[in-house]
Amino acid sequence: MNTANGLPLLLAYAAIVCTLLSGAVSLFAVRRHPGFLHFGSFLFLFLAGAASIAAGGWALLAHLTLTDQLAFGLPWLKWHLRLDPLSGFFLVLLGTLVTAASLYGPSYTREYTHGKAPQPLPPLGVFTATFVLGMQMLLLADDALVFMIFWEIMSLSGYFLVAYQHQHAANRHAAFLYLLLAHVGALVILLSFGVLAAFGGGLTFDQMRATHLAPLWATLAFLFAFLGFGTKAGMVPLHVWLPDAHPVAPSHISALMSGAMLKMGIYGIVRVSYDLIGEVRWEWGLLVLVIGTASALLGVLYALMQHDLKRLLAYHSIENIGIILMGLGMSMIFLGTGHKILGTLGLVAALYHTLNHALFKGLLFLGAGAVLYRTHERDLERMGGLIHRMPVTAFMFLVGSVAISALPPFNGFVSEWLTFQTALQAPALENGVLRTMIPISAALLALTGALAAACFVKAFGIAFLGKPRSRRVAHAREVPIGMQGGMALLAVLCLLLGVFPTSVIMAMAPITQLLVQDSLPSAAAQGWLWLTPISPQVASYSAPLVLIAIVVVFGLGFLLLKRGAVPARRCYPWDCGFGRLTSRMEYTSTAFTQPIRRVFGAVWKVDEAVETTAGAGPIPRVTGIRHHLHVQDWSWLKVYQPIGRLVLAAARRIGFIQTGNIHTYLKYSLATLLLLLWIVSL
Amino acid sequence: MNSQSIAWTLAAAQTLLFILAAPLLAGWVKRVKCHLQNRAAPAVWQPYRDLAKLIKKNLVLAENASWLFRAVPYIVFGATLLAAAAVPLIAVHLPTSAIADVIVLVGFFALARFFTALAALDIGTAFGGMGASREMTVAALAEPAMLMAVFTLAMTAHSTNLSVATETVLQAGLVLRPSFLFALLALLMVAVAECGRIPVDNPATHLELTMLHEAMILEYNGRHLALIEWAAQIKLMIYAVLIIDFFFPWGIASEFSASALSVGVLAVTAKLMLLAMLLVVWETVLAKMRLFRVPQFLGFAFLLALLGMLTNVVLETGG
Amino acid sequence: MALSSLSLYSQAIILFAALVLFTSFVMLAQTRMVPLIFTFAWQGLLMAVATVLVAIVSGHKHLYISAALTVVLKVGLIPWLLYRLSVRLDMNYETEAIKHPSLLLLGGAGLVIFSYFIALPIVHLSGLATRNTIAVSIAVELLGMLMMSVRGTAMAQVIGFMSMENGLFFAAVVSTYGMPLIVELGVAFDVMVASILFGVFFFHLRDSFDSLDVGHLNLLSEANEPAPLAETPAASTQGEHA
Repeated sequence: MNTANGLPLLLAYAAIVCTLLSGAVSLFAVRRHPGFLHFGSFLFLFLAGAASIAAGGWALLAHLTLTDQLAFGLPWLKWHLRLDPLSGFFLVLLGTLVTAASLYGPSYTREYTHGKAPQPLPPLGVFTATFVLGMQMLLLADDALVFMIFWEIMSLSGYFLVAYQHQHAANRHAAFLYLLLAHVGALVILLSFGVLAAFGGGLTFDQMRATHLAPLWATLAFLFAFLGFGTKAGMVPLHVWLPDAHPVAPSHISALMSGAMLKMGIYGIVRVSYDLIGEVRWEWGLLVLVIGTASALLGVLYALMQHDLKRLLAYHSIENIGIILMGLGMSMIFLGTGHKILGTLGLVAALYHTLNHALFKGLLFLGAGAVLYRTHERDLERMGGLIHRMPVTAFMFLVGSVAISALPPFNGFVSEWLTFQTALQAPALENGVLRTMIPISAALLALTGALAAACFVKAFGIAFLGKPRSRRVAHAREVPIGMQGGMALLAVLCLLLGVFPTSVIMAMAPITQLLVQDSLPSAAAQGWLWLTPISPQVASYSAPLVLIAIVVVFGLGFLLLKRGAVPARRCYPWDCGFGRLTSRMEYTSTAFTQPIRRVFGAVWKVDEAVETTAGAGPIPRVTGIRHHLHVQDWSWLKVYQPIGRLVLAAARRIGFIQTGNIHTYLKYSLATLLLLLWIVSL
Repeated sequence: MNSQSIAWTLAAAQTLLFILAAPLLAGWVKRVKCHLQNRAAPAVWQPYRDLAKLIKKNLVLAENASWLFRAVPYIVFGATLLAAAAVPLIAVHLPTSAIADVIVLVGFFALARFFTALAALDIGTAFGGMGASREMTVAALAEPAMLMAVFTLAMTAHSTNLSVATETVLQAGLVLRPSFLFALLALLMVAVAECGRIPVDNPATHLELTMLHEAMILEYNGRHLALIEWAAQIKLMIYAVLIIDFFFPWGIASEFSASALSVGVLAVTAKLMLLAMLLVVWETVLAKMRLFRVPQFLGFAFLLALLGMLTNVVLETGG
Repeated sequence: MALSSLSLYSQAIILFAALVLFTSFVMLAQTRMVPLIFTFAWQGLLMAVATVLVAIVSGHKHLYISAALTVVLKVGLIPWLLYRLSVRLDMNYETEAIKHPSLLLLGGAGLVIFSYFIALPIVHLSGLATRNTIAVSIAVELLGMLMMSVRGTAMAQVIGFMSMENGLFFAAVVSTYGMPLIVELGVAFDVMVASILFGVFFFHLRDSFDSLDVGHLNLLSEANEPAPLAETPAASTQGEHA
């Protein structure tokens, strides 16, 4: 099936051209003509998204592998491109988010022209386009050179997008941290490709695929790739850039970053370990599983302590990347010990969750953006009651919350269920230690899921329910139809992917065929209505029936009980006889998570203090109480600060060679030249 | 009528029986408890009267209740009903048990809990927030213990499907499995926490310091409250039947003949009555514990489940 | 080896082994003194029952004597001695704060996995039906050691030590159907003597530090020696003069 230049690849090129056009058009969106951005740039972005979905979907469903060479680049190294089911799958994921963002963007970016501090629009459009372009091209890359070029383009555009509102020092700081870690990550990825290329004898992925590495070198290549791509994906403890960077970017960009960019890290891990190296080993799987479990649990625990809505969502990305890594880790363990079907199941679970996370996290970021757009608030403690003012946004956010909390019948549940099913197959392993490790990490996954539910009860409950806690929130209005459309697209997909898992898994069969030469024929053995990953005797789940049953019960109950009933009377809620309840008496986000903070106290560095101010006068009485709470991430204090100090100390040590004297520098150059000449002559 | 439709009819009948019998179980628990504590006992069908009365009452809503508040009772009842449909009560291998395995069952409860907690936050009273916060914390700690216990059982049965697991235990006969003993204890403790019974929560109190579940539904009344209470009764019965199915399934019908089914009904009735008495004794001898002792209680449950899993690996399959 | 293929007696041995392991975990996290002693007695009892079951399965008569010895010593005498001690030292209502109980228990679980891992080669050598319990006995021993290394009070440490001995005894019973009787008698006598010595040690500890917290023993190290009380004020006054 290796046609030289198929139609899907042309579609992918069309997507890339549209992305470029979107960037070019936005150059004209100077202050006088914002319409170029709102209508021109985003229109092309929409087309780019749609074309990406079409190209990727085609390659995936038709199980096509198309290759092409472009005559750019170095004379002896053309650009090798390839569209196969795996890149097709990620192109679909990217395209969906780009489409949703392009529907959402036109209204959202009005903020930057009508707001108090207008922002220049061309950079936003251009860097959005290059950001998307980088991701599209790196998915199509078939040699290390193209991959690295567009990986860097993606990372750098991401930097400019994070720093878009650079007036705020916090944004600049976040962008710097992002850039630093992105570059460390890119360097390590380069090392991994270096190992692969050295043994493969060339930079193309085909050459890398063809070589069989010795276990030690393969492990080294994997470790470098895992570290580098893991930095981008945001696994613990390399996650510190993520909670700073995502919240400060414009919301549709946050959705793209969290939904798509992190997934490029996952794509990289899968591509390098399953495809390029080829033979995965169970020891790698153990590492991935442990890191994944830690990321999932720590991610959600940190998320619980946030009251900045977008920061909370960013921490949840770490959690979900952890869940994806758990699936991948188990898949590697099973594959490395020769259980092919189970390895396939783990891979399917991981990829399914990758797609799901892109959808619901995109949706949630767009929802948070909608709230931000109307209320200019990111702080949960100042929201409340938005369900009355912004009913559509509230509904969409609720769908996202239910999906991310892994509740049936939405999509998050399906992929977590598949991960659990993979874990339950642990008794098939010979190694008793692995047989106990996997269920323990699955139990931690259950803890993660339950904590995520708690966190989203908090996020949705505090932001949208109850009474408004500030004036701007009390007077919020529903967002424009375009923004609603962007969210609705993702919300509908969340439901569809939750209700028809069997079809989705069948559609993913070409990927697993490509990577592990196997698929899950048993998943759909009982038809599309039943999902039976191993066999009907082991486990089964029927999402469509669940949905139907919930709807029927809902309808019946409503009809039976509501019929002939007197309309409900409205009155004040119970106030213990003290007088009207105000929003000051509500539970806050901080109060909501207090029990969890106390139970898992060792996880954070918690500074909590209560200051009481006593009034002047003969009788001392308390006039004010201030509650001060500061929750910090241990990894920052224990990992990054020592490294930072180390680097500074080292810099000071070697600082003496920096004399500031021009002659000294010239002497250094001379000495280097002499040294090099000597080495060459050897 | 072919066998497929007979099976579906039976499944529907079993589900109906399940939800209709749940208030009876609650009434039985209350009655035995009163007897044990030397109080005058209400009739066993008192819960039916209560539900009927609540359904007939007119609805009063808080002034800022949103549509979510009105939808939640139906969602909660629907999710619990689905869970009840998936649990084998009198017969195994009914088609409804394939809709959901144990993990999905946990998912249904999580769904119900999620929406109950949201409804609690909807009005904006401090009671609701407190209840929601506590309930979600307790649930977060109970869920891993529950999953771990279920995993231990599933490792022996090689299945998370309830019917298959039940049948495996049924066919194995009497095997002394330490892992089952630990899993049973863990599951009992989790059930106590999840159903809001003493010592984790007290279903009979309305004191703000002690409430978990009751604090969340404080603003509900009329038919909404009826649905939520009914769902809570069904949930208690589901946990009881789960424990019976996993550990003492003897008597459950594995074929659809009239005699087997009637044996199944009798067996499950007797076992439920016994289990309820055990619960009553437990609730009578223990006192409600402080909220921050609950993590230790559930941590102990998790340890038991973990030990169950470890003994399964080390003692039962190792070597 | 499937559990269901074993005889009911062998299954019961495995069940009791699991319960012995469970008591080890309970001791690890038990903060109150008297329940701690009782749990220790329970462990002895469960082990005695397991020994009797092994005797029934294997037909080794001398194991009955071992079981009887266990009951007398570890269920009767030693717990009674310890209980008396705790009453006389007035610490039967004392509780000890453990810093991170859940982490401690997870660490214990890790030890069980580890002992399973190291017991695998032995298990493959042994042909006995109860060979899988070897890992449990190693785990009991390691848990006793863990208890000694993390718990603060002397009482908990003594019980950790005793439960280590329990693990040793159990390992002997399940792996080779018991040590020669003379060795067992010797070990039992050793434990007896040890418990008496510990009693003496308790009294000295309390006399010296007014507490049974072994953390106070740190003071005996030269590195932590507090500065002699007499000199410190003198030095500071000198400073003031200068």
